[in-house]
Amino acid sequence: MQGPETREFSKTYPLDDAMKRLLSLSACVLFSATAYAQERPLEAETKRTPETSSPTAPSEELRIKTLEEQVRSLAEQVSLLRSELQVLRDAKGAAPQHEGRVLLASSHVEPGMLAVAPSATSSPRSPEPVPAQIAQTQVYGGATSNAKLLNPDISLIGDFIGTAGRNTVSPSRSLELHESEVGLQAIIDPYARADAFLSFGETGVNVEEGYVTFTSLPAGLLLKVGKMRAELGKVNTTHNHALPFIDRPLVTENLVGGEDGIDDAGISLSRFLPAPKNWFFQGTAQVYRGDSSDVFTANRRQDVSVVGHVRLYRDLGESTNIDLGGSYARGHNHAGIGTTFNPENFLSNLYAADATLRWKPLRRSIYHSFLFRTELFWSARDQLSPRNVFETQHAFGLYSSAEYRINRRWTVGGRFDRSGRATNASLTDTGFSGILTYWPSEFSQIRSQYRYGHLWDITNARFTNANEFLFQFLFVMGAHGAHAF
Amino acid sequence: MRSAHICIRCIALVAAVVLFCATCPPTRAASKLNIMTATTDLAALAQEIGGDRVEVESIARGYQDPHFVEAKPSFLLKLRRADLLIVVGLELEIGWLPPLITQSTNPKIQVGAPGYFDASRYSKILEIPTGIVTRAEGDVHPLGNPHYWLDPENGLRIAKGIQNKLSEMRPDDASYFAQRYDNFEQRIRQSDDKWLAEMKPYAGRKIVTYHRSWPNFAEHFHIEVVGYVEPRPGIPPSPQHTVALIGLMKREGVKVIAVEPYFDLKTPNSIARETGAKVIVLMPSVGGEKEITDYFKLFDYDIAKLKQAFEETK
Repeated sequence: MQGPETREFSKTYPLDDAMKRLLSLSACVLFSATAYAQERPLEAETKRTPETSSPTAPSEELRIKTLEEQVRSLAEQVSLLRSELQVLRDAKGAAPQHEGRVLLASSHVEPGMLAVAPSATSSPRSPEPVPAQIAQTQVYGGATSNAKLLNPDISLIGDFIGTAGRNTVSPSRSLELHESEVGLQAIIDPYARADAFLSFGETGVNVEEGYVTFTSLPAGLLLKVGKMRAELGKVNTTHNHALPFIDRPLVTENLVGGEDGIDDAGISLSRFLPAPKNWFFQGTAQVYRGDSSDVFTANRRQDVSVVGHVRLYRDLGESTNIDLGGSYARGHNHAGIGTTFNPENFLSNLYAADATLRWKPLRRSIYHSFLFRTELFWSARDQLSPRNVFETQHAFGLYSSAEYRINRRWTVGGRFDRSGRATNASLTDTGFSGILTYWPSEFSQIRSQYRYGHLWDITNARFTNANEFLFQFLFVMGAHGAHAF
Repeated sequence: MRSAHICIRCIALVAAVVLFCATCPPTRAASKLNIMTATTDLAALAQEIGGDRVEVESIARGYQDPHFVEAKPSFLLKLRRADLLIVVGLELEIGWLPPLITQSTNPKIQVGAPGYFDASRYSKILEIPTGIVTRAEGDVHPLGNPHYWLDPENGLRIAKGIQNKLSEMRPDDASYFAQRYDNFEQRIRQSDDKWLAEMKPYAGRKIVTYHRSWPNFAEHFHIEVVGYVEPRPGIPPSPQHTVALIGLMKREGVKVIAVEPYFDLKTPNSIARETGAKVIVLMPSVGGEKEITDYFKLFDYDIAKLKQAFEETK
C-alpha cells in the first residue's frame, strides 16, 4: 500500500537484550505459576484435615449426622436394588433373549470413582458419601470395558476435496483426500489436559497441534505449552475442517503463511482482563520458536517470534453477540539469508483486526443462524528490493464473509477477498466465493463452492482470472472434542 | 529501528499489564455459594436445597436444546466465579461444556475437582445402549439417555446429592440444607402423589415424541412412547420414516404427538393431519415457558398439557 522505505543498519539494535529479559521474566513467572498450582491442592488438603478430625463437639455431631445420612442413603439404595433385582428377574423370565448382551454402561463410571468408592465406606469425610449408583445396578459386562476407560478421546476427520475449472496460478489436484486429521484428547491429571491433532495429508504427516493446557493455575491464568496455531485473529486458529469455506481466504495465502498459517512450537499465556460489566476482555501473550511456513524463520536460537492478542466480546441479547479482536505478531524472516546483509535485521511484523457478528435464536438454534465476519491484516516485511536495497514492504489484505443457516440441513455463504502480496504489496489479488453446505447429520458435511479469483500470475507476469468449482466431503469418526467458540 | 524499540516497549507493557493483573487479589464473592448449572432444571433443584445461601444460574435456557448450546465467552465470566458447577453428564453437554470448563481458568470446577458435580451419578438412567454402539443409530448417547431429570424420583435423588455436596462445601449450613431437603422431599412426595393420581386414568396411553427426551417421564407416569418423529436421535425427519410413523400411529391408535419447544412443528403437524392426532408442545425443562418457574411447575405444566390432549383425543 505505502511505498517501500529504505533503511540502513550500521549497528545491531538492542532487540536481543530486551527480548532475553522479557523471555527470562516470563519463564520465571511460568515456572512459579505451575509449581504453585501443583502445590495448592495439597495445602488445601492439609488445611482441611485438622478441621474435620478435631475432636470438638460440633464436628463430632456433624460426623454422626453424615454417618446417619449415609446409612439412610444406603438403606434407600438397598431397597432400590431389591426392587430393581425383582424387576430384572421378572424381565429375565419374560424375555430370555436379552441374555449375554454386552453393556457399555460401565463407561459411565468415571476413572476417579474407582478409587473413591471403596474409601467412601471407611472414611466419613469422603467428599461424596456413596452416591446413589443406580445406573450401576444395570451393569453386567463391566470389567472388560473398564480397561479402556483411560484411553483418550480419539477421532478422525476426513476431508476430501475435488476441484474443477481453470486456475493457472495455484492449481490444485482434481481429487484428493486433502487431510485426515486424527485428534487425541484427554485430561492428563487434575491440573492439565492435552490435545493433539495429527494431520495426514497427501504429502506427509504433520503435527498440526499438540499442546498441554494447565487449567488450575492461580490468578486466572491459562497456560498452553506445545505446538499451536497462533492466536492471530480468527481464521489462523481454525482447523481446516472447521472452516466455513472449503479453502482459506486469499489473505491467509498471501500474508499469513497459507494453509498451515502461523503454527509453531511455543508457550501461550492468557488471562481475563478487567472490563466493564458484561464485557468479556481477554489478553493472550505467546512466544514461539519463530519458524512458521514462509512468514517467520529463526536463523538463530534467539530469533523467537511473539504474538499478542486481545479479544473483546459482548452479548447484545440472548441471540446476538459481537466479538472483536486485535492481534500482533513479530518475528524474523528469511529474506536476508544468503545475502551480504545481516539476516538478523530482517523482520516481519503482522497486525490484524477481526470483527464477528453472530445471530442465533435460542428456540430455533438448530434451524437458523447468521454469522458475519471480517478480518484485516497488515504485513510489514523487511526484505531486499530488486535493486538490492533494504526495504520494508507494507501489504494489506482482508476478507469479509457471511453464512446463513437456512434450515437444519442447508447453509449458504459468501466471501469477498482482497489481498496484496507480502513480498510485493503492489500486486493485489481479488476474489469472491459462494458456498452451499448440506449436513446429512452433525457428523458429516457435503459442500460445493464456486470461487472466482483475479490473481497475479508470476510466471507470465500478468493478472489472470481463475474460475473454479470445488466440492468437499467432511466426515467425523469417533469423539472429536468441541472447538472453542 | 525506532519502531523496533516501540514494539519491544509495547510487548513489555502488555506483559507488565498481564503480570500486574495476575497479582491482583481475586475479587472475593459474598458469602453466598456461587452455583452454575448446565440446565435450568438442575438450577431449580439447587435453588430448592440452597435457598438463600446460594446464588444459582443456568447456562442453557429452558427453551433451548441442551445438546446445542453455544460456548459463548459471556458464560466464562460466570463460570470463572463459580464455586460449584452442576452438569447433566452422560455426554449431553459434550458439544459445548468442555471448552468452557477449560477456558474458565477456575480450578474449582474442573472435571474431578470438588466443585464439579455430575448429577447423572445420582440418578436412575434409562436406555443405556446394549451391544455395539455406532452412529448408525444417530447421535446416540453411549452412557444412557441424558433426559433423566424428567422423573420426580430422580429429582429427589439429585437434590439429595446436592444437599450432601452443599453440606460438604459449607458445613456450617449443613442443618439448613438438610432441613430444606426434608421440606423439598415432603413437597415432592405430595405433588408426585397428586401427579400420579392425575395421570392414572391415562395409564398405558401411547404417544409419539419428537426426540427421545421422555423415557424417564413415561416410565414414571405409565405412558408408552411408541415412536419418534426423528428417524434416529439428532437426524431430521425423513419422508420414508414419516410415512412409516403414520402407519404405526394408525395401527396403534396413537393420538398424541409431543414436541419439545426447540423443534420445528411442520412435520409433526403434517403427521397429525394424516392421523387425526393432536400436537402438543411439552416442556422438558424449567423456564421453557414463563410460568414454569420451578421444578414442580414443570410437571404441573406437562401433566396438564398431556391430560388435556388425552381428554380431547379419547
